[in-house]
Parts: sequence; structure tokens; C-alpha cells
Amino acid sequence: MTSDPQLEDLLRAAAPRVLGAVVRRFGDFAACEDAVQEALLAAATQWPAEGTPQEPVAWLIAVASRRMTDRHRSEAARAEREELSAHEPSPGPVADHDDTLALMFMCCHPSLTPASAIALTLRAVGGLTTREIATAFLVPEATMAQRVTRAKQTVKASNAPFAMPGGDEWGPRLRQVLHVLYLIFNEGYVTTSGPQLARADLALEAIRLARIVHAALPGEPEVAGLLALMLLTEARRPARADASGALIPLAEQDRTTWDAGLIAEGDALIEAAWHRGAVGEYQVQAAIAAVHDAAPRHEDTDWPEIVVLYGLLGRMTDNPMVALNAAIARAMVEGPQAGLARLGELDEPLAGHHRLHAARAHLLEMAGDDDAAIAEFTIAAERTTSTPERNYLTTQAARLNANR
Amino acid sequence: MRFMLLQDYYVEGLEPMTTWAPEDAKAHIDFQNRMNDELRERGELVEAQALTQAAKTVVGDGSSPIVTDGPFIESKELLAGYRTVDVESLERAIEIAAQASAAPGPNGAPINMPIEVREVMWNSSDGL
Repeated sequence: MTSDPQLEDLLRAAAPRVLGAVVRRFGDFAACEDAVQEALLAAATQWPAEGTPQEPVAWLIAVASRRMTDRHRSEAARAEREELSAHEPSPGPVADHDDTLALMFMCCHPSLTPASAIALTLRAVGGLTTREIATAFLVPEATMAQRVTRAKQTVKASNAPFAMPGGDEWGPRLRQVLHVLYLIFNEGYVTTSGPQLARADLALEAIRLARIVHAALPGEPEVAGLLALMLLTEARRPARADASGALIPLAEQDRTTWDAGLIAEGDALIEAAWHRGAVGEYQVQAAIAAVHDAAPRHEDTDWPEIVVLYGLLGRMTDNPMVALNAAIARAMVEGPQAGLARLGELDEPLAGHHRLHAARAHLLEMAGDDDAAIAEFTIAAERTTSTPERNYLTTQAARLNANR
Repeated sequence: MRFMLLQDYYVEGLEPMTTWAPEDAKAHIDFQNRMNDELRERGELVEAQALTQAAKTVVGDGSSPIVTDGPFIESKELLAGYRTVDVESLERAIEIAAQASAAPGPNGAPINMPIEVREVMWNSSDGL
């Protein structure tokens, strides 16, 4: 939006508050969203020259509201003018937090596909431009613009009210929001180069959004759990790839480069959430990440604790990927054969998945069966859809081949 | 998920488009353009490109590369173009490929050209 990082931060933080206020006043989410984007762009060009106004949020709300009024005027010239106030909710005194959350629920509406919800959330709540989102997802701007437009149409067609879901809806809808943030985090790239690209980094954006949700809902343990999981994972980013972008597995990472500040923050979050008593999947995943992060060396990892946590997670979900990780943890405690036996049970649910073959390859190598490990690394390398992972798996097979 | 849909226009018995009736050729080109518009409008199109048939093959040893025209002269399967789409699932990619395969040929009949669907790898990884 602008090359001034401070201004960019200011505008992006203001975006959901401005949009919330404008939607509350005019209704029509899709049109308001466009108006707010125009106001943000106007600010990005005017403020550096004319100075930042005393009340930036109020300035943006005023400009976006003017666009909405202009729009209604020009529409009214063509069609019979409807009385706006007749069918729009009256603006009431509502906390910014609630507005931002209501927006988040709207952008993560269950009628949207994950890709659409991600695009809409990044634009409407994150304040990213369509071009920035398109760049982050490596698609043309026109394609991303259509994705956002369609997403807004879908939300409109669903007649979702601009309000917090209540009653039985609350739990599932909150899970939907957290899932979208989790997906944005996972899109974060391993390699970043240059300050511009780093700013568009999706993992950091997911953390920023998760912080907003956590600030609005400090009493929801799963929100804290997700934020903790992100922080505890992000903390390892400096060690996850070498200078050429090649992946470095957890066991071989230089742990002195892990971000101690992020780890401390994540630890405190998960600790506090855990003792509130409503333990969910994100909290357990965060707890597992915390155990890894607590080990100064890989061999210091508290694997029995990780086995216990995966057992807990396995009772919450039938995701076979959890069972796969549990099998690896079990192997670290009881030896590779115990892990391999458990992987055998996953042949059906994870048939052909590269992670199953990669896990088996590691355990076979632990067991000293290099020939079988090479074969499994090779299959895993053929099956993965990630280039850095393929390169890593291919290198492992080559390494074992050279040792023969 | 991102897929590349590769098409080579090789169909047994299908004459080159230059020999089709002009209105058939136009219908075919319009179909391709419409499909691209539709994919863009759905937020799925990443890229659509056609390739010229003039191919050079380059073999280099670091000093003087050897350049030849083709070795594809014998081959009937010369990559003619591709679409890259960003979609929710393999099923959706197959649906798009099926639509492309049924592009109209001579007399408006679907040409049933084979479309190869290949998933594109990502330069990212979720943790490890």
C-alpha cells in the first residue's frame, strides 16, 4: 500500500476498525469494503505529503462514508431512492473489538471456501491490498480481485448479519475463524528475501490477526492455544532453512537461533490457557511445540511427555496425521520397531501420502535398515508437492546410498 | 492446489487447425478465450499460454552449446499450450480439463484432445 512501514502498520491496524464502523452505519458489506479500500489508498497517497491527521481512524471513516454516500446518490439518480435507514441497523455505541470480531466472523463465513475466506480476511480485516494478496499467493491480481468479489457476493447471498454469532453457533463459527487463521499461517513461506517480501509474510500476518482475536477474546482458551502454537512454531523459523533455502529438520536445527522472546510469550500463553480447563486441539498442539522448544538439544527432548500429549490429541481428532506423529514420538521412547508397527496401521488411511513414507524412512534408518529406508525416502520424494521437501528427501536417499 | 493442464493437440485423425473451416477455427478460438475469461472470473486462473511450434533443442557442455531444430520432428506430441489453475481440489482441475478437452473442432464436434493434469510443486513447506 505504501513504502513507509510505520504508515503501513497504522493503516493496516485501522482497516478493520474503519470497516466495522462503516458497515455498522451503511450495511452493505461488499460496497463498504470497497469504500474502505479506497479510503486507505487515499490515505497512503495523501498523508505522506500532507501529514497524518490527528484522528486517523476518524479521517478514514469520514472518507469511506463519503464514498458510500456518493455511491448511494448516484444509484438514487437511476432508481427510486430507498430510505437507507428503513432497512439498515442504526449505528450504536459498540466497542472496536466487537466490530473487528464481527468482521472476522463474516469473512470466515461457512458458506465460503477456505481460499475465498483467506483472501477476504486478508483484505477486509488485514487491510492488505488485492495486489499484495495476489503477490503472496502467486496469482495474477485480476484473478485475486475476482476471488475477493465472489467471496463478497457469497457472503451477501448468505444474508449473514453483521454481528457476533450466538448460542449453539458460537463454537463452530469460532472454530471456522481459527481454522482460516491457521491456514494463513501455514501458507507462510520458508524463504523470504528483502524487507518488502518479509512485510507480506503470511505467517506474520496470521500472528497479527490471531493477536487481534486473542485481544478481543482473552477468555477463549483455543484462541490463546492457536496464538501460542503460531508463536512457538514461528520461533524456529530462523533455524528451519539454510542460506540456500534447503530445509533443516528439527533434529539438526541450530537451536541457539530460535527466538527466545517468541518462545517465552508462547509458553506463557499456553500455560495460562491450559489451566482454564477447556483443553482443545490447538492448545495440545501448542503444548507439543512448547516441549520441543524447551529442549536445548534434540536429545534432551521430553519424548514421553510428547507421547502423552499426542495420546490426548488422538482422542480429540481422528486425523491420521496425528497418529503418524504419535508413532514417531513412540519410536523415540520405545525404539524404531514400536514406531514402525504403529505406522503399519496407517497404510490404509494415509495410502500413498508422502509423510507416511518419509516417517517410515526415518524409522527404518534408525533401525539400521538402510536399503528399505532409501526406498521409502525415494517414494516420499516422488510424492511430496513441496520443492524444498522433495530436495530434502532426495538428499536423504542419496546420503544413505553413498554410505552403502 | 495448483495444477498445470498441458495440451498437445494430438488427436488421431484430427487435421491441423489451419485446414479447418474458418468458422470452426473461430469457434475453437472463441471457446478457449471464453474458458479463460470464465476461469479468471471464478478466481482460478493463474496463467494460460499457447506455445509456437518452432522448437529449438539446446545441449550444452559449458562451452559451445549445440542447437538443433527440434528433435520433435518425428514426434506428434508437441506441447502446444498450457493453463495453470489455482483450485480447491484435484476434482475441480479434472473438471476444467474435461471442459478443455471438449473444445469444438471441425463442424463443431468436440475434439476430445487429451489433457495432462499435473500438480505444481510449492516452494514452501509447512514446518517439519
